[in-house]
Amino acid sequence: MTAIRAVLMRDLRLAWRSPQESLTVIGFFVLAALLFPFGVGPEPQLLARIASGVIWTMALLAALLSFERLFQFDHEDGTLDLILLAPAPLETTVLAKCLAHWLTTGVPLIAASPVAAIMLNLPTDGIPVLLAALLLGTPSLSLIGGIGAALTLGARRGGVLLPILVMPLYVPVIVFGVAAVEASLAGLTARPHLLLLAAILAGTIPVAAIAGAAALRQSAE
Amino acid sequence: MATPMTPPRATLSARGLACLRGGRLVFRGLDLDLAGGEALTLRGPNGSGKSSLLRLLAGLLRPSEGQILWNGATIDADRDAHRARVAYLGMADALKPSFTVAENIAFHAAIRGAGEAAARQALTVVGLAPLADMPARRLSQGQRRRTALARLAASDATLWLLDEPTLALDDAAIAMLGRMLGVHLQTGGMAVVATHVDLPVASAGTIDFGAAR
Amino acid sequence: MQRFANPLRFKRLSGALLPWTSTATLALFAAGLWLALAASPRDYQQGETVRIMYVHVPAAWMAMFVYANLAIASAVALVWRHPLAEIAARAMAPVGACFTALCLVTGSLWGKPMWGTWWVWDARLTSVLLLFFLYLGYMALANAFEDEARGTRAASILALVGAVNLPVIKFSVDWWNTLHQPASVSRLDAPAIHPAMLTPLLVMALAFMAYFATVLLWRIEAALAERRVAARRMLTEAGPSSPALRR
Repeated sequence: MTAIRAVLMRDLRLAWRSPQESLTVIGFFVLAALLFPFGVGPEPQLLARIASGVIWTMALLAALLSFERLFQFDHEDGTLDLILLAPAPLETTVLAKCLAHWLTTGVPLIAASPVAAIMLNLPTDGIPVLLAALLLGTPSLSLIGGIGAALTLGARRGGVLLPILVMPLYVPVIVFGVAAVEASLAGLTARPHLLLLAAILAGTIPVAAIAGAAALRQSAE
Repeated sequence: MATPMTPPRATLSARGLACLRGGRLVFRGLDLDLAGGEALTLRGPNGSGKSSLLRLLAGLLRPSEGQILWNGATIDADRDAHRARVAYLGMADALKPSFTVAENIAFHAAIRGAGEAAARQALTVVGLAPLADMPARRLSQGQRRRTALARLAASDATLWLLDEPTLALDDAAIAMLGRMLGVHLQTGGMAVVATHVDLPVASAGTIDFGAAR
Repeated sequence: MQRFANPLRFKRLSGALLPWTSTATLALFAAGLWLALAASPRDYQQGETVRIMYVHVPAAWMAMFVYANLAIASAVALVWRHPLAEIAARAMAPVGACFTALCLVTGSLWGKPMWGTWWVWDARLTSVLLLFFLYLGYMALANAFEDEARGTRAASILALVGAVNLPVIKFSVDWWNTLHQPASVSRLDAPAIHPAMLTPLLVMALAFMAYFATVLLWRIEAALAERRVAARRMLTEAGPSSPALRR
C-alpha cells in the first residue's frame, strides 16, 4: 500500500511542479472546442445541437495528447526498471499511475468543460448531466490510454501509433457520454447512460490493470 | 545496513544461459555460481552482454535458454520473492530532476516498502545529507550517481546487481562504495558488478565477455 | 533452442494439407462464383445488386472469424510463449484485415444503388469499420519495434484487449444507431434468405474459408523459412561468445 501511495503522490507532485503538461491539455481542449463555431457557423441552434458531441470528442483528443509521456519519462530515466523490480504488484501500480493521470488531466478537463459548454450554447439544463457523464467517462479514457501508453513504450513513432490503438476502444465511452447529455436535453432520464458509463469504468479497471502490467513487463525485455 | 544473514549461505547460479536481443545472440552457454559473501566482476567491451546478464539475473529479462537458480530452485518459481531479494543499479540513475535528493531517495525506498528512517540513514551513508534539499537537476554527475547508490544503502536486498557503479565517481566516492560493498558482503550479501575499473573489494571471480570473441 | 527449432511437425502437416486446401479454394470459388453470378435469381427488390451479398456476407463472417483466431493465437503466444502461435498470429492479421476491407468496400458498393450514397453509418458497417481499426492497430504495433519479438508480444496484448472490448463496442454502436435511426432504410444484411440464395452464399463462405487456410499455411511457412535464415546467419556469422567464470 505504501508503494501504491508513493507512486500516486510522486506523480501528483511531479505534475504540480511542472503544470505546463496539464495546462497544455486544457488549452487544447478549450481552443479546439472554440474553433467549431468558426467551422460550422455561429447559429445558436446548430451549436446547441452539436455541443455535447464536440465537447466529448475534444476532451478525448485532448487526453490523447498526454498519454505518450505517462510511462515515457520513467522508461527513459530508469525508474520503470525499479518499479518493475519493486515487490508491490505491478497491476495496482498501473492503476495508481492511471489515477494520477486522471487527477492531473481528467479533472482539469471536467473543470474546464462548463466554459466550453456555455460558449457552444449548450442549454444550461444539460450541464449537470455533462459533468456527471464526464466524471464517469474520463477515468475510462485514462485507463484505456494507459494500456496504449504501456504498449507503445519504446515503439517507433509511438505518439502517432497510440491514437490508432485506443480510438476503437474509446467509442463506447463517447457514445454513452453524448447520449446521456442528449437524453437529458430531450427531457428523458440520463440514468441508463450514466449507469452504462459506470459499468464500462468498472469493467475497464481490471482490464487496464492486467493488460497494462503485462505490457510494462514485456517492455523491459 | 540491515542485510539479514541468511544461514546457511544463499547461492545464486546460472546454467547454460543464452541471451537473444533484437535478433542478435549476445551470448550463450553461460554458467556461474556465487555464494553469500562473494562478489563477481563482469568485464568486457560495450554491447558484449554485461548489462544483459545483470537484467537476466534481476528477472527483468527472460533467458532464451538456460536457467537461473536461487538456492537450487529456479527463480521463475517465485518471482515475487526474487524481486524482493534484488537491488538493481542500472546505468541510468532514475532521478526526477524536479525532486530533491531526499525526495528521490524516499520514493525509491517507499516503493520497496522501506520507511522514511531507512531513506534518511541511506542519505548519511553516501554522504549526501548536506545536499538533501537540493533539486536533482542541480547535482553534478558524481552526486547523481551517489544519490542512486543511496538506494542500495536503503534496501535490505541480498543480491546487489550493479551496472558500472563507479560511473562519474571520484576516488573518495569509490572508496565509499567499497565500504558499502564490504559491509554488504560481510553480512552475507552477494554482488554482481559490471565494471571497467578494479573494484575496491576482493572479487571472487570474473566473467570476461570479451575473451571468446 | 526453442526459437531456432525447425518445426518439422508443422512442415509435414502443412505439406499434407496445402494441396487439398488450394484445390478446394479454386474449386469452391469456381462453383460459388458461377452460382452467385449466373445461376441464382435476382432479388425482386434489390435486383442484380443482391449478388454483392455473396461476397460481402462471407467477408464479414471471415473478418470476425479471423479476429477470434487472432485472439486465441495471441493468448497461446502470451501464456505459453509458443513460437508457432506467435508466427500464426502475425501471419493471419493482414489476411483478416483484407477480409474486413473487402467487407467495407462491398458494403459501400452495395450502398450506392440502395441508399444513394457510398457510406451510411449503418450499425453493422460501423462495427466492421471499428474492427478494421483494431486490425490496423494490431499490425502497426506488431511492426513498430526494432525487436520483432517485442512487437509480437505487445500486439498480442492489444489483440486480447480488443477481443474483450469488441462486445462492448458492438453493443454501443447498436445503441448509438438506434438513437440516431434515420428514416427506414433497407438493411445491409442477407435479406430473408430464399434457398436459391442460401446455397451460393454457403459455397462462397466455404471458398473464403479454404482460401484463408491456404494463405495462412503459406504465410506461416514463409515466416518459418525467414526465421531459419536469420537464425543460421546469427549462429555462423557472429560466432557468439560463451563467457566463462574464472575464479
